[in-house]
Amino acid sequence: MKAPAFDYVRVDSVEAALSLLKTRGDDARILAGGQTMMAALNMRLSSPALLVDISAIDALRQIRLNDGVLRIGAMVTHSEIEASDVIRRHAPLLSMAVTHIAHKAIRNRGTWGGSLAYADPAAEWPACVIALNATLIAQGPGGLRKIPAQSFYLDLYTTALNPDEILVDVEIPVDDRRQVVAFDEIARRHGDYAITGIAASAQRHGEALKHPRFVFFAVANTPFQATKAEAVCHDKALTVAVIDAAVAALAAELEPIADLTSSSATKRHLAGVLLRRAIKALASTN
Amino acid sequence: MTIKKSIQVTVNGERLNREVEPRTHLVDFLRESVGLKGSHLGCEHGVCGACTVRLNGQIVRGCLVLAVQADGGTVDTVEGLSRQGVLADLQEAFLKHNALQCGFCTPGMLMAAADVVQHNPRANRQQVREAISSNYCRCTGYHAIVDAICSVLAKRAQEVA
Repeated sequence: MKAPAFDYVRVDSVEAALSLLKTRGDDARILAGGQTMMAALNMRLSSPALLVDISAIDALRQIRLNDGVLRIGAMVTHSEIEASDVIRRHAPLLSMAVTHIAHKAIRNRGTWGGSLAYADPAAEWPACVIALNATLIAQGPGGLRKIPAQSFYLDLYTTALNPDEILVDVEIPVDDRRQVVAFDEIARRHGDYAITGIAASAQRHGEALKHPRFVFFAVANTPFQATKAEAVCHDKALTVAVIDAAVAALAAELEPIADLTSSSATKRHLAGVLLRRAIKALASTN
Repeated sequence: MTIKKSIQVTVNGERLNREVEPRTHLVDFLRESVGLKGSHLGCEHGVCGACTVRLNGQIVRGCLVLAVQADGGTVDTVEGLSRQGVLADLQEAFLKHNALQCGFCTPGMLMAAADVVQHNPRANRQQVREAISSNYCRCTGYHAIVDAICSVLAKRAQEVA
Protein backbone atom coordinates (compact mmCIF):
# COMPACT_ATOMS: atom_id res chain seq x y z
CA MET A 1 0.00 0.00 0.00
CA LYS A 2 1.04 3.63 -0.20
CA ALA A 3 1.74 5.81 2.78
CA PRO A 4 -0.73 8.58 3.65
CA ALA A 5 0.37 12.13 2.88
CA PHE A 6 2.69 13.90 5.29
CA ASP A 7 5.19 16.74 5.33
CA TYR A 8 8.92 16.11 5.66
CA VAL A 9 11.86 18.10 6.95
CA ARG A 10 15.52 17.12 7.33
CA VAL A 11 17.05 18.87 10.36
CA ASP A 12 20.72 19.39 11.10
CA SER A 13 20.63 19.57 14.89
CA VAL A 14 18.96 17.84 17.81
CA GLU A 15 17.72 21.24 19.01
CA ALA A 16 15.88 21.77 15.72
CA ALA A 17 14.28 18.34 16.04
CA LEU A 18 13.22 19.00 19.65
CA SER A 19 11.79 22.37 18.66
CA LEU A 20 9.62 20.72 16.02
CA LEU A 21 8.46 18.07 18.49
CA LYS A 22 7.48 20.89 20.82
CA THR A 23 5.57 22.96 18.27
CA ARG A 24 3.95 20.06 16.40
CA GLY A 25 3.45 17.68 19.33
CA ASP A 26 1.77 14.41 18.45
CA ASP A 27 1.57 15.33 14.76
CA ALA A 28 5.33 14.96 14.35
CA ARG A 29 7.41 11.77 14.31
CA ILE A 30 11.16 11.37 14.35
CA LEU A 31 12.48 9.52 11.28
CA ALA A 32 15.74 7.67 11.97
CA GLY A 33 16.49 4.65 9.73
CA GLY A 34 12.86 4.28 8.73
CA GLN A 35 12.94 0.48 8.58
CA THR A 36 10.09 0.23 11.07
CA MET A 37 8.47 3.63 10.50
CA MET A 38 8.16 3.24 6.73
CA ALA A 39 6.63 -0.23 6.99
CA ALA A 40 4.06 1.14 9.44
CA LEU A 41 3.30 4.09 7.15
CA ASN A 42 3.02 1.88 4.05
CA MET A 43 0.47 -0.25 5.91
CA ARG A 44 -1.28 2.90 7.15
CA LEU A 45 -0.87 1.93 10.79
CA SER A 46 0.23 5.48 11.50
CA SER A 47 -0.51 8.90 9.98
CA PRO A 48 1.80 11.59 11.25
CA ALA A 49 1.50 15.02 9.71
CA LEU A 50 5.25 15.62 9.73
CA LEU A 51 8.35 13.41 9.60
CA VAL A 52 11.49 14.93 11.12
CA ASP A 53 14.49 13.28 9.50
CA ILE A 54 17.46 13.28 11.93
CA SER A 55 19.88 11.36 9.69
CA ALA A 56 21.90 14.47 8.81
CA ILE A 57 22.90 15.16 12.43
CA ASP A 58 26.56 14.08 12.37
CA ALA A 59 26.91 14.28 16.15
CA LEU A 60 24.54 11.30 16.41
CA ARG A 61 26.57 9.08 14.08
CA GLN A 62 29.76 8.75 16.14
CA ILE A 63 31.43 5.70 17.69
CA ARG A 64 33.92 6.87 20.32
CA LEU A 65 36.08 5.11 22.90
CA ASN A 66 37.39 7.21 25.81
CA ASP A 67 38.58 6.21 29.26
CA GLY A 68 37.05 2.77 29.25
CA VAL A 69 33.66 3.94 27.96
CA LEU A 70 32.41 3.13 24.46
CA ARG A 71 29.81 5.56 23.17
CA ILE A 72 27.66 4.66 20.20
CA GLY A 73 25.49 7.45 18.79
CA ALA A 74 21.81 6.82 18.13
CA MET A 75 22.04 7.21 14.35
CA VAL A 76 24.84 4.66 13.91
CA THR A 77 23.43 2.03 11.56
CA HIS A 78 23.41 -1.70 12.23
CA SER A 79 25.83 -2.09 9.29
CA GLU A 80 28.25 0.41 10.81
CA ILE A 81 28.23 -1.60 14.02
CA GLU A 82 28.81 -4.76 11.94
CA ALA A 83 31.83 -3.18 10.28
CA SER A 84 33.34 -1.55 13.37
CA ASP A 85 36.67 -2.92 14.60
CA VAL A 86 36.40 -0.79 17.76
CA ILE A 87 33.13 -2.50 18.62
CA ARG A 88 34.44 -5.95 17.72
CA ARG A 89 37.35 -5.46 20.11
CA HIS A 90 35.62 -3.70 22.98
CA ALA A 91 31.96 -4.78 22.83
CA PRO A 92 32.01 -8.09 20.91
CA LEU A 93 28.50 -8.95 22.13
CA LEU A 94 27.20 -6.37 19.66
CA SER A 95 29.24 -7.85 16.79
CA MET A 96 27.82 -11.29 17.61
CA ALA A 97 24.25 -9.98 17.70
CA VAL A 98 24.25 -7.72 14.66
CA THR A 99 24.27 -10.40 11.95
CA HIS A 100 20.95 -11.67 13.34
CA ILE A 101 19.26 -8.37 12.64
CA ALA A 102 17.07 -8.76 9.53
CA HIS A 103 19.12 -8.60 6.34
CA LYS A 104 21.94 -6.45 4.93
CA ALA A 105 19.67 -4.08 3.00
CA ILE A 106 17.77 -3.32 6.19
CA ARG A 107 20.92 -3.11 8.32
CA ASN A 108 22.30 -0.50 5.91
CA ARG A 109 19.52 1.90 6.92
CA GLY A 110 18.21 0.76 10.31
CA THR A 111 19.77 2.39 13.36
CA TRP A 112 21.02 1.39 16.79
CA GLY A 113 19.03 4.18 18.47
CA GLY A 114 15.90 3.56 16.44
CA SER A 115 15.83 -0.09 17.49
CA LEU A 116 16.57 0.76 21.14
CA ALA A 117 13.86 3.42 21.26
CA TYR A 118 11.20 1.40 19.41
CA ALA A 119 11.55 -1.47 21.91
CA ASP A 120 10.27 -4.32 19.79
CA PRO A 121 10.09 -7.35 22.11
CA ALA A 122 12.00 -9.46 19.56
CA ALA A 123 14.79 -6.93 19.04
CA GLU A 124 18.40 -7.77 19.84
CA TRP A 125 19.79 -4.43 20.98
CA PRO A 126 17.56 -3.89 24.05
CA ALA A 127 18.72 -7.20 25.55
CA CYS A 128 22.34 -6.40 24.66
CA VAL A 129 22.40 -3.01 26.39
CA ILE A 130 21.03 -4.58 29.57
CA ALA A 131 23.60 -7.41 29.40
CA LEU A 132 26.34 -4.80 29.02
CA ASN A 133 25.08 -2.57 31.85
CA ALA A 134 24.84 0.34 29.43
CA THR A 135 23.42 3.82 30.02
CA LEU A 136 21.07 5.38 27.49
CA ILE A 137 21.24 9.12 26.99
CA ALA A 138 18.17 11.12 26.09
CA GLN A 139 18.04 14.75 25.09
CA GLY A 140 14.98 16.87 25.77
CA PRO A 141 14.06 20.50 26.28
CA GLY A 142 15.65 20.31 29.74
CA GLY A 143 18.93 18.92 28.47
CA LEU A 144 20.52 15.50 28.73
CA ARG A 145 19.17 12.66 30.87
CA LYS A 146 20.99 9.40 31.64
CA ILE A 147 18.85 6.27 31.97
CA PRO A 148 20.31 2.90 32.99
CA ALA A 149 19.43 0.20 30.46
CA GLN A 150 17.89 -1.91 33.23
CA SER A 151 15.34 0.87 33.86
CA PHE A 152 14.70 1.75 30.22
CA TYR A 153 12.23 -0.92 29.09
CA LEU A 154 8.84 -0.54 30.77
CA ASP A 155 6.29 -2.39 28.64
CA LEU A 156 5.43 -3.37 25.08
CA TYR A 157 6.89 -0.71 22.75
CA THR A 158 7.19 1.51 25.84
CA THR A 159 10.42 2.98 27.13
CA ALA A 160 11.38 5.52 29.77
CA LEU A 161 11.77 8.21 27.09
CA ASN A 162 9.44 11.18 27.49
CA PRO A 163 7.42 12.19 24.41
CA ASP A 164 9.53 15.34 24.05
CA GLU A 165 12.87 13.50 24.21
CA ILE A 166 15.11 11.89 21.62
CA LEU A 167 17.55 9.07 22.35
CA VAL A 168 20.93 10.48 21.29
CA ASP A 169 23.68 8.25 22.64
CA VAL A 170 24.50 5.08 24.56
CA GLU A 171 27.44 4.60 26.94
CA ILE A 172 28.87 1.13 27.45
CA PRO A 173 31.54 0.44 30.10
CA VAL A 174 34.23 -1.63 28.38
CA ASP A 175 37.20 -1.60 30.73
CA ASP A 176 36.49 -4.92 32.49
CA ARG A 177 39.16 -7.29 31.22
CA ARG A 178 37.46 -10.22 32.88
CA GLN A 179 34.20 -9.77 30.97
CA VAL A 180 33.06 -12.57 28.72
CA VAL A 181 29.94 -12.45 26.56
CA ALA A 182 27.67 -14.81 24.67
CA PHE A 183 24.79 -14.36 22.25
CA ASP A 184 22.37 -16.72 20.57
CA GLU A 185 19.02 -16.53 18.87
CA ILE A 186 16.56 -19.04 17.39
CA ALA A 187 14.55 -18.01 14.35
CA ARG A 188 12.76 -20.04 11.73
CA ARG A 189 14.76 -18.61 8.89
CA HIS A 190 17.84 -16.46 8.81
CA GLY A 191 16.81 -12.87 9.39
CA ASP A 192 13.34 -13.64 10.75
CA TYR A 193 12.18 -12.13 14.03
CA ALA A 194 13.61 -14.11 16.94
CA ILE A 195 11.50 -16.85 18.52
CA THR A 196 13.76 -16.75 21.58
CA GLY A 197 17.11 -15.09 22.14
CA ILE A 198 19.72 -14.48 24.82
CA ALA A 199 22.36 -11.81 25.41
CA ALA A 200 24.68 -12.84 28.23
CA SER A 201 27.69 -11.44 30.05
CA ALA A 202 29.73 -12.38 33.11
CA GLN A 203 33.07 -11.87 34.78
CA ARG A 204 35.40 -14.80 34.36
CA HIS A 205 37.41 -15.70 37.46
CA GLY A 206 39.30 -18.87 36.59
CA GLU A 207 36.73 -21.64 36.38
CA ALA A 208 33.93 -19.57 37.89
CA LEU A 209 31.65 -16.87 36.52
CA LYS A 210 30.76 -13.90 38.69
CA HIS A 211 27.89 -11.46 38.26
CA PRO A 212 26.35 -13.22 35.27
CA ARG A 213 23.66 -11.44 33.32
CA PHE A 214 21.22 -13.57 31.34
CA VAL A 215 18.95 -11.31 29.33
CA PHE A 216 16.31 -12.98 27.16
CA PHE A 217 14.38 -11.39 24.32
CA ALA A 218 11.32 -12.40 22.31
CA VAL A 219 9.85 -14.12 25.37
CA ALA A 220 8.02 -11.23 27.01
CA ASN A 221 6.84 -7.66 26.37
CA THR A 222 10.29 -6.37 27.33
CA PRO A 223 13.74 -7.97 27.67
CA PHE A 224 13.66 -10.45 30.54
CA GLN A 225 16.61 -10.65 32.92
CA ALA A 226 16.66 -14.11 34.54
CA THR A 227 17.83 -13.05 37.99
CA LYS A 228 17.09 -16.38 39.67
CA ALA A 229 19.10 -18.30 37.07
CA GLU A 230 21.86 -15.71 37.47
CA ALA A 231 21.92 -16.25 41.25
CA VAL A 232 22.29 -20.00 40.76
CA CYS A 233 25.36 -19.50 38.57
CA HIS A 234 27.12 -16.68 40.40
CA ASP A 235 30.55 -17.67 41.73
CA LYS A 236 30.10 -21.41 41.38
CA ALA A 237 31.96 -24.08 39.47
CA LEU A 238 29.72 -24.73 36.49
CA THR A 239 29.00 -28.39 36.93
CA VAL A 240 26.20 -30.22 35.15
CA ALA A 241 24.20 -30.02 38.40
CA VAL A 242 24.61 -26.24 38.63
CA ILE A 243 23.65 -25.72 34.97
CA ASP A 244 20.61 -27.98 35.40
CA ALA A 245 19.64 -25.96 38.48
CA ALA A 246 20.00 -22.71 36.52
CA VAL A 247 17.73 -24.02 33.77
CA ALA A 248 15.21 -25.14 36.40
CA ALA A 249 15.31 -21.71 38.05
CA LEU A 250 14.76 -20.10 34.65
CA ALA A 251 11.79 -22.35 33.92
CA ALA A 252 10.24 -21.28 37.21
CA GLU A 253 10.81 -17.53 36.84
CA LEU A 254 10.02 -17.14 33.14
CA GLU A 255 6.42 -16.88 31.95
CA PRO A 256 6.84 -16.61 28.19
CA ILE A 257 4.16 -15.04 26.07
CA ALA A 258 3.10 -17.26 23.18
CA ASP A 259 3.18 -15.77 19.70
CA LEU A 260 2.49 -16.75 16.10
CA THR A 261 5.50 -19.05 16.04
CA SER A 262 5.46 -20.82 19.37
CA SER A 263 3.50 -21.72 22.47
CA SER A 264 4.57 -20.53 25.89
CA ALA A 265 5.87 -24.04 26.69
CA THR A 266 8.03 -24.11 23.56
CA LYS A 267 9.53 -20.75 24.37
CA ARG A 268 10.26 -21.81 27.92
CA HIS A 269 12.01 -24.90 26.60
CA LEU A 270 13.98 -22.91 24.00
CA ALA A 271 15.02 -20.36 26.62
CA GLY A 272 16.50 -23.25 28.63
CA VAL A 273 18.34 -24.51 25.54
CA LEU A 274 19.81 -21.06 24.94
CA LEU A 275 20.76 -20.68 28.59
CA ARG A 276 22.78 -23.91 28.47
CA ARG A 277 24.54 -22.80 25.29
CA ALA A 278 25.27 -19.36 26.76
CA ILE A 279 26.68 -20.71 30.02
CA LYS A 280 28.94 -23.11 28.12
CA ALA A 281 30.09 -20.30 25.85
CA LEU A 282 30.78 -17.94 28.75
CA ALA A 283 32.68 -20.61 30.63
CA SER A 284 34.88 -21.48 27.67
CA THR A 285 35.69 -18.00 26.32
CA ASN A 286 39.23 -16.81 26.91
CA MET B 1 -2.97 21.33 -1.32
CA THR B 2 -0.46 18.60 -2.09
CA ILE B 3 2.94 19.09 -0.47
CA LYS B 4 5.83 18.75 -2.92
CA LYS B 5 9.57 18.84 -2.37
CA SER B 6 12.32 19.47 -4.91
CA ILE B 7 15.01 16.84 -4.95
CA GLN B 8 18.19 16.29 -6.89
CA VAL B 9 19.22 12.66 -7.31
CA THR B 10 21.82 11.02 -9.50
CA VAL B 11 20.19 7.91 -10.95
CA ASN B 12 22.41 5.47 -12.83
CA GLY B 13 24.94 8.23 -13.31
CA GLU B 14 22.49 10.84 -14.55
CA ARG B 15 21.70 13.87 -12.39
CA LEU B 16 17.97 14.50 -12.18
CA ASN B 17 15.86 17.28 -10.68
CA ARG B 18 12.35 16.30 -9.73
CA GLU B 19 9.43 17.32 -7.58
CA VAL B 20 8.07 14.61 -5.31
CA GLU B 21 5.52 14.18 -2.59
CA PRO B 22 7.27 13.36 0.68
CA ARG B 23 5.26 10.15 1.00
CA THR B 24 6.53 8.72 -2.30
CA HIS B 25 9.00 5.93 -1.65
CA LEU B 26 12.12 5.45 -3.71
CA VAL B 27 10.90 2.66 -5.98
CA ASP B 28 7.65 4.48 -6.81
CA PHE B 29 9.79 7.51 -7.63
CA LEU B 30 12.05 5.45 -9.88
CA ARG B 31 9.19 3.68 -11.62
CA GLU B 32 6.70 6.53 -12.01
CA SER B 33 8.80 9.70 -12.09
CA VAL B 34 11.97 8.43 -13.73
CA GLY B 35 10.38 5.68 -15.82
CA LEU B 36 12.72 2.90 -14.69
CA LYS B 37 10.46 -0.13 -14.34
CA GLY B 38 13.21 -2.60 -13.51
CA SER B 39 12.79 -2.22 -9.75
CA HIS B 40 9.69 -4.04 -8.54
CA LEU B 41 7.29 -3.81 -5.61
CA GLY B 42 6.08 -6.96 -3.89
CA CYS B 43 5.13 -6.59 -0.25
CA GLU B 44 5.86 -2.88 0.23
CA HIS B 45 6.83 -3.45 3.84
CA GLY B 46 10.42 -4.56 3.62
CA VAL B 47 10.08 -8.33 3.68
CA CYS B 48 10.24 -9.66 0.12
CA GLY B 49 13.30 -7.88 -1.35
CA ALA B 50 11.83 -7.29 -4.82
CA CYS B 51 12.44 -3.55 -4.32
CA THR B 52 16.17 -3.83 -3.58
CA VAL B 53 18.15 -0.97 -5.14
CA ARG B 54 21.42 0.71 -4.31
CA LEU B 55 21.41 4.09 -2.51
CA ASN B 56 24.70 5.89 -1.92
CA GLY B 57 26.54 2.69 -2.76
CA GLN B 58 24.60 0.41 -0.39
CA ILE B 59 21.75 -1.97 -1.07
CA VAL B 60 18.52 -0.85 0.54
CA ARG B 61 14.82 -1.71 0.52
CA GLY B 62 13.49 0.82 -1.96
CA CYS B 63 10.02 0.59 -0.40
CA LEU B 64 11.38 1.65 3.00
CA VAL B 65 13.27 4.70 1.80
CA LEU B 66 11.54 7.92 0.81
CA ALA B 67 12.52 9.64 -2.43
CA VAL B 68 13.12 12.81 -0.39
CA GLN B 69 15.69 10.89 1.67
CA ALA B 70 17.64 10.31 -1.55
CA ASP B 71 17.97 14.06 -2.15
CA GLY B 72 21.63 14.78 -2.87
CA GLY B 73 22.42 11.10 -3.19
CA THR B 74 23.10 8.49 -5.85
CA VAL B 75 20.86 5.64 -6.84
CA ASP B 76 21.79 2.59 -8.91
CA THR B 77 19.13 0.30 -10.30
CA VAL B 78 19.34 -2.92 -12.26
CA GLU B 79 19.18 -0.93 -15.50
CA GLY B 80 22.27 1.08 -14.61
CA LEU B 81 24.30 -1.74 -13.18
CA SER B 82 23.87 -3.79 -16.34
CA ARG B 83 26.79 -1.97 -17.88
CA GLN B 84 29.13 -3.04 -15.12
CA GLY B 85 31.03 -6.31 -14.95
CA VAL B 86 29.53 -7.88 -11.85
CA LEU B 87 25.95 -7.59 -12.99
CA ALA B 88 26.72 -8.66 -16.55
CA ASP B 89 28.42 -11.78 -15.18
CA LEU B 90 25.46 -12.48 -12.90
CA GLN B 91 22.90 -12.00 -15.65
CA GLU B 92 24.75 -14.43 -17.90
CA ALA B 93 25.00 -16.94 -15.05
CA PHE B 94 21.30 -16.55 -14.17
CA LEU B 95 20.37 -17.40 -17.76
CA LYS B 96 22.77 -20.31 -17.94
CA HIS B 97 21.57 -21.82 -14.65
CA ASN B 98 17.85 -21.11 -15.23
CA ALA B 99 17.80 -18.90 -12.17
CA LEU B 100 14.69 -17.00 -13.19
CA GLN B 101 11.22 -17.95 -14.43
CA CYS B 102 8.71 -15.13 -14.10
CA GLY B 103 11.51 -12.67 -13.41
CA PHE B 104 9.65 -10.66 -10.77
CA CYS B 105 12.22 -11.23 -8.02
CA THR B 106 15.14 -11.07 -10.41
CA PRO B 107 16.17 -7.41 -10.31
CA GLY B 108 16.16 -7.37 -6.52
CA MET B 109 17.87 -10.77 -6.45
CA LEU B 110 20.59 -9.46 -8.79
CA MET B 111 21.18 -6.45 -6.53
CA ALA B 112 21.54 -8.72 -3.48
CA ALA B 113 23.76 -11.10 -5.46
CA ALA B 114 25.97 -8.27 -6.72
CA ASP B 115 26.37 -7.10 -3.14
CA VAL B 116 27.70 -10.46 -1.99
CA VAL B 117 29.97 -10.88 -5.03
CA GLN B 118 31.44 -7.44 -4.48
CA HIS B 119 31.78 -7.49 -0.69
CA ASN B 120 32.43 -11.14 0.01
CA PRO B 121 34.23 -12.60 -3.02
CA ARG B 122 35.24 -15.71 -1.07
CA ALA B 123 31.69 -16.47 0.11
CA ASN B 124 30.85 -20.15 0.31
CA ARG B 125 27.49 -21.66 -0.61
CA GLN B 126 26.08 -21.22 2.92
CA GLN B 127 27.11 -17.58 2.99
CA VAL B 128 25.52 -16.97 -0.41
CA ARG B 129 22.31 -18.56 0.89
CA GLU B 130 22.40 -16.30 3.93
CA ALA B 131 23.03 -13.23 1.79
CA ILE B 132 20.08 -13.86 -0.51
CA SER B 133 17.77 -14.97 2.28
CA SER B 134 16.67 -11.35 2.08
CA ASN B 135 14.89 -12.02 -1.24
CA TYR B 136 11.85 -14.18 -1.91
CA CYS B 137 11.44 -16.20 -5.10
CA ARG B 138 8.18 -18.06 -5.68
CA CYS B 139 9.21 -19.81 -8.91
CA THR B 140 12.62 -21.38 -8.87
CA GLY B 141 13.10 -22.96 -5.45
CA TYR B 142 16.31 -20.94 -5.04
CA HIS B 143 18.91 -23.62 -5.82
CA ALA B 144 19.46 -22.42 -9.37
CA ILE B 145 19.93 -18.88 -8.10
CA VAL B 146 22.52 -20.03 -5.57
CA ASP B 147 24.23 -22.08 -8.30
CA ALA B 148 24.39 -19.04 -10.56
CA ILE B 149 25.90 -16.82 -7.88
CA CYS B 150 28.42 -19.46 -6.82
CA SER B 151 29.48 -19.93 -10.44
CA VAL B 152 30.23 -16.21 -10.71
CA LEU B 153 32.20 -16.29 -7.46
CA ALA B 154 34.18 -19.31 -8.67
CA LYS B 155 34.89 -17.76 -12.06
CA ARG B 156 36.08 -14.54 -10.45
CA ALA B 157 38.24 -16.38 -7.96
CA GLN B 158 39.91 -18.19 -10.85
CA GLU B 159 40.54 -14.96 -12.71
CA VAL B 160 42.25 -13.45 -9.71
CA ALA B 161 44.32 -16.56 -9.04
